[in-house]
Amino acid sequence: MKNSLIALSRDALGSLRDLTPIVIVISVFQIWVIKQPVSGFVSLIFGALLVVAGLTFFIFGLRLALFPIGENLAHSLAKKGSAFWLFVFAFVLGFGTTIAEPALLAVAAEAAAVAVDAGAIPATDEARASYALGLRLVVAFSVGVALLIGVFRIIADWSLPVMIIGGYILVVIATTIAPMEIVGVAYDSGGVTTSTVTVPLVTALGVGLASSLRGRNAMTDGFGLIAFASLTPILFVLLYGTILEWI
Amino acid sequence: MDLILDALKFVGYSAIDVLPIAIFLFAFQIFVIGGRMPNVGPIVVGFVFVIVGLGLFLEGLEHTLFPLGRLMAQQLTDPEFLQSAKISAAAALIWRDYYWVYLFGAAVAFSTTLAEPALMAVSIKANAVSGGAIGVWGLRVAVAIGAGVGVSLGCFRIISGLPLQHFIAAGYLVVIAQTALAPKVIVPLAYDSGGVTTSTVTVPLITALGLGLAEAVPGRSPLLDGFGLVAFAALFPIISVLAYGQLAVLRQRVDHSDIEPDELQEEKDHAL
Repeated sequence: MKNSLIALSRDALGSLRDLTPIVIVISVFQIWVIKQPVSGFVSLIFGALLVVAGLTFFIFGLRLALFPIGENLAHSLAKKGSAFWLFVFAFVLGFGTTIAEPALLAVAAEAAAVAVDAGAIPATDEARASYALGLRLVVAFSVGVALLIGVFRIIADWSLPVMIIGGYILVVIATTIAPMEIVGVAYDSGGVTTSTVTVPLVTALGVGLASSLRGRNAMTDGFGLIAFASLTPILFVLLYGTILEWI
Repeated sequence: MDLILDALKFVGYSAIDVLPIAIFLFAFQIFVIGGRMPNVGPIVVGFVFVIVGLGLFLEGLEHTLFPLGRLMAQQLTDPEFLQSAKISAAAALIWRDYYWVYLFGAAVAFSTTLAEPALMAVSIKANAVSGGAIGVWGLRVAVAIGAGVGVSLGCFRIISGLPLQHFIAAGYLVVIAQTALAPKVIVPLAYDSGGVTTSTVTVPLITALGLGLAEAVPGRSPLLDGFGLVAFAALFPIISVLAYGQLAVLRQRVDHSDIEPDELQEEKDHAL
């Protein structure tokens, strides 16, 4: 109990330090550049306290739950020796955590607006909703595939740079054939898929897997899963846009 | 009273986000792996901390950083403000007149990336796995510098109207060259850094900046040109983290300039 309190207060100090740059940036711009008074000072102070407390609790819970559970599952699955369940686990983790991602919902809705603007789909609510849903399914599927490929790479011991760079060459090729208006959306969707809860789990999965397989190095083989999860959505969304244009 | 209700609402949202993942993990443990999960008590407590922490964090941001940041992004891209800050002699605004936007984009991306919980998670893990050789703070500063440079350059792209894919393709060429030169141990971590910068804190602010900018600059469409800043913020940290690894090697080479060439790769890997 006492140790937990010490750990919690150390995390709180860390959070304070991590948030200081934001306070400095906002204050400097507010005071010197924009020069307008800020309303609701009490609410700001209260909000800042919430940010510090929230970040502290999250980091504390991360060490207690997300890291151990990700690594335990990776160890157990590796010990079980079943590549099939490992692939199922990786795919469902990627698909399941992405489909409900709030940042993805926002990007999909805006992408539907772009598509209407470009005349790719009719300007009805129904067409917009189905376009946005289609996009979310494509992105979630691509993240599931990404983790599956990433786990396969750790087991097969393939070269990460070759696979990632090869992937980006495919992205460049797909960009040249995809319709203009999808390109920005596609590139952004690679960035929004990896959320705050997914990243620690996926990192723990990779590191746990690499450290329980013989001859793998946790540092060189354990990382790289997130790299796949930021690459495949770009490629799949570009292809989705291209195929929609053809039909 | 309102704030407490608000807090409950945000914790509820975060529970809706996290609980399905938690249920999936527990179900997988019970039905596929079988047997009891080790340390189930602390893990449940930890999940409660994650849910409450994420909820309070988002509520706090909603009261502070998000409204302020969005307001500032609007004010800095306001035509009146831009006219008053004009430094060029040209009749219309040219790319140099947007200098506050570049500075703000870089500063906001840098500082919010440092506060990104997902990046903290990866840094903590990398620090533990590398036996302390990769500093938690060093890695995060490297990533934050990359995000700052990326967003600044992304703003320049929106203002200049140059095609997004040219910048991205050029960036990946730099990544390929660096991959060949950088110490091997840093490469996977560097590739991962791209995805983790763009998360809860950074994305809402730089999206607001991108949309505000695309609305303010004549001839840009917010729908077509507002996108793409996230892509910049995800690409440049790869470059800066690879550079961080290369710098560590350089520093060591200056210290031990008499090392045999065949020890070089090993030395590269130990430099971090």
